[in-house]
Amino acid sequence: MNAPERIETPNDHPSAKPSTGPSADERAQRRAQVVAELAPLLPAHALLSRSEDTVPYECDGLTAYRQQPLVVVLPETEDQVAAVLRACDRLGVPVVARGAGTGLSGGALPLALGVTLSLAKFNRILKVDVLARTAVVQCGVRNLAISEAAAPFGLYYAPDPSSQIACSIGGNVAENSGGVHCLKYGLTVHNVLRVRGFTGQGEPVEFGSEALDAAGLDLMSVLIGSEGMLAVVTEVTVKLVPKPLQARCIMASFDDIRKAGDAVANVIAAGIIPAGLEMMDKPMTAAVEDFVQAGYDLNAQAILLCESDGTPEEVAEEIGRMLDVLAGSGATRMEVSKDEAQRLKFWSGRKNAFPASGRISPDYMCMDSTIPRKRLADILLAIGEMEKKYGLRCANVFHAGDGNLHPLILFDANDPDQLHRCELFGADILETSVAMGGSVTGEHGVGVEKLSSMCVQFSDAERQQMLAVKHAFDPAGLLNPGKVIPTLVRCAEYGRMHVKRGLLPFADIPRF
Amino acid sequence: MTHDPALQILIDQVEAARAAGAQLRIRGGGTKDFYGEPPQGELLDTTVLEGISSYEPTELVVTARCGTALATLEAALAEKNQYLPFEPPHFGPGTTVGGMVAAGLSGPARVSVGAVRDYVLGATLLNGRAEVLSFGGQVMKNVAGYDVSRLLAGSLGTLGVILEVSLKVLPLAPATATVRFELAQISAMQKINEWSSLPLPINASAWWDGMLVVRLRGALAAVQSALQALGGEVIEPTQAIAFWRGLRNHDDEYFEKAKQAVAHGGALWRLSVPSTAPPLPVSGEQLIEWGGAQRWLCSAAPAEPIRDAAARVGGHATLFMAQDKSAGAFAPLHAPLDRIHRELKKSFDPQGVFNPGRLYPDL
Repeated sequence: MNAPERIETPNDHPSAKPSTGPSADERAQRRAQVVAELAPLLPAHALLSRSEDTVPYECDGLTAYRQQPLVVVLPETEDQVAAVLRACDRLGVPVVARGAGTGLSGGALPLALGVTLSLAKFNRILKVDVLARTAVVQCGVRNLAISEAAAPFGLYYAPDPSSQIACSIGGNVAENSGGVHCLKYGLTVHNVLRVRGFTGQGEPVEFGSEALDAAGLDLMSVLIGSEGMLAVVTEVTVKLVPKPLQARCIMASFDDIRKAGDAVANVIAAGIIPAGLEMMDKPMTAAVEDFVQAGYDLNAQAILLCESDGTPEEVAEEIGRMLDVLAGSGATRMEVSKDEAQRLKFWSGRKNAFPASGRISPDYMCMDSTIPRKRLADILLAIGEMEKKYGLRCANVFHAGDGNLHPLILFDANDPDQLHRCELFGADILETSVAMGGSVTGEHGVGVEKLSSMCVQFSDAERQQMLAVKHAFDPAGLLNPGKVIPTLVRCAEYGRMHVKRGLLPFADIPRF
Repeated sequence: MTHDPALQILIDQVEAARAAGAQLRIRGGGTKDFYGEPPQGELLDTTVLEGISSYEPTELVVTARCGTALATLEAALAEKNQYLPFEPPHFGPGTTVGGMVAAGLSGPARVSVGAVRDYVLGATLLNGRAEVLSFGGQVMKNVAGYDVSRLLAGSLGTLGVILEVSLKVLPLAPATATVRFELAQISAMQKINEWSSLPLPINASAWWDGMLVVRLRGALAAVQSALQALGGEVIEPTQAIAFWRGLRNHDDEYFEKAKQAVAHGGALWRLSVPSTAPPLPVSGEQLIEWGGAQRWLCSAAPAEPIRDAAARVGGHATLFMAQDKSAGAFAPLHAPLDRIHRELKKSFDPQGVFNPGRLYPDL
């Protein structure tokens, strides 16, 4: 490769554009070819090609986008993974790796002419090294299972995305997942030491090491969060950290959104890094209270959950300082958890924000942008205006400590006009976030959902450089092509649509 | 930033080098010229582009241009009771922010708080096509696209000129204390790893010559209870500050001796290994940081057995300082990592303008 303009970009791969739609004949023919090549490499039960077997894989956690894959493979050994990748490389068939399928941006959306590589069978914890505070796990191990395995030794794995009971560590690596405690304890990228996997050509590769760094460029930093586009991950060494002796949580009410936003900044300004700092607005509070009965203040315009962890003395000291700051910021009601049961109750609503939204609306679309903390109130007020503009309701939860917002736009997917308005609403939130100095995605990833928004956040040259990075790892462009980085053509189209307004974004993605 | 005349100087210089097929060595304060493979090419001086672009203490983010003196940045943070927790070294007074990121070196606290790369939130890069590109941002969480900004940490300027970086900063911890214990290497390593798996505010450690020194940092109550739990001899604060500063900046007794040895044909190695790796079968004087994960070795032994010893326990050895670096400054890469490095270099710097051979001789 001499210059980026000469790269055949992954998005230009015909199979990356489901809308251009291969014919049924074309798919059948290609399927027969792929099955013939893969069948000798796998046990019969590990290769699914009949429609009724592959349909469960047609979407991930973003159910609005669906596509049946050509075939699904479920390899059981690393040798099988390598063999499948080599075969796909020979055939020029794209491969979409898939973990637990809980992703919220369509990163694991299959390709009509692609193989979906499920890593569900890689579900063993290989080693917990107590003295070194590390665990070596296969990629399909659930996030929470790592902490459960480490618990007898007083250790845990810090990143705790809300989906932690179901999501896999391989998926966490793909998305650089965070959680409610990441301001203090970091994201996946801060808690992974080593990743083992395979290149698109099926060569084994290791990034990082069990030391704290590795020779050469820090390739782990781009691999983590690359949404399965640079390598297929099979094994991960994670850091474990000592479990704090105690955690306590303050639930504080505010009668004004702006006061709550300022309280967040004031806590940080006081030199406190809370273990967790979350906000819910009034509609969200009403929805979750109805669902979990945690005793939330239904009159508050916003509720903050502010957590401290550490030794009992440390927590007592910090909770005292937090209460002072929150009171000084105009909190109208404050309650400190008295015991672990009450702390978990405080959190139960926040952790159940999504299912609670599912009860008050036939469908919801969860957004995931970030903004500088100081703009929390501004974005909430802007979202309030958008509710009127698009004629849809929106409930808001925030990882306020790191400025990561999750507006849940409520709509009915059976009404095409509502879906359309919902998508415009979502794109508006993302672009407003970028304009406020933020990012279109804090932790859910770009996948297919936010491809067009990437045109807003990055320049042509920046996106071309990212595509060139993919090309360096995956020269054939067969690993999850078409995700994350939009092509120049697509962004040019998106620019035009903006001028015209009202045209459907994401027009080249099939909906149902 | 594009209207900045200082930036234009750098862009023009890169354009000119491209046109002439010339090569550039990117240099800030020049305090780490000794590090990596020898610098080659015409000088590109980053100190023309300096200054803190924005600093918002309540956002925990500071953005500074490459040529900003690290000391200036740290002084601005200190005014607001904040700091860079990873303690980047000052090997001389001119250390710059760009050089800090490019070298990717972190100090004693790295083991507990993370490295430079863990604090990089965003960066603006001048690549080999003289394009100004921004990656990441000024927010704590950002997974839009590949995290190219963190990749720049430790890239030694091989991917482009790091023009500006946004860094996460943290409030100063309320309390710090340092204690020491007389312990041989094996028991010192066992102890520090055992303590690190307990909820204690252990921030840094160093072992040298039969003495383990441990720094505690955190809430006052946490530091006090940890002092009770660990025992040991408490070191008076001014002495402790001088000790950790000496380690961080490599001007304490161990490193001064190492520099003398280097002047006489010896070498200073940095061995990065799993913290629980057993004592390594290598000859020479060792100083061990990061709970066992970073082992400095002053030795006149040949490179191969040293590299082998580190590799056998899952680590790698860097020839950190030596007159003769013919053995290679960094541990060699194997396929497919070697291929990915070459392709990445080409993708950022297709004509090989920047810091040729600084990371690996033919990269």
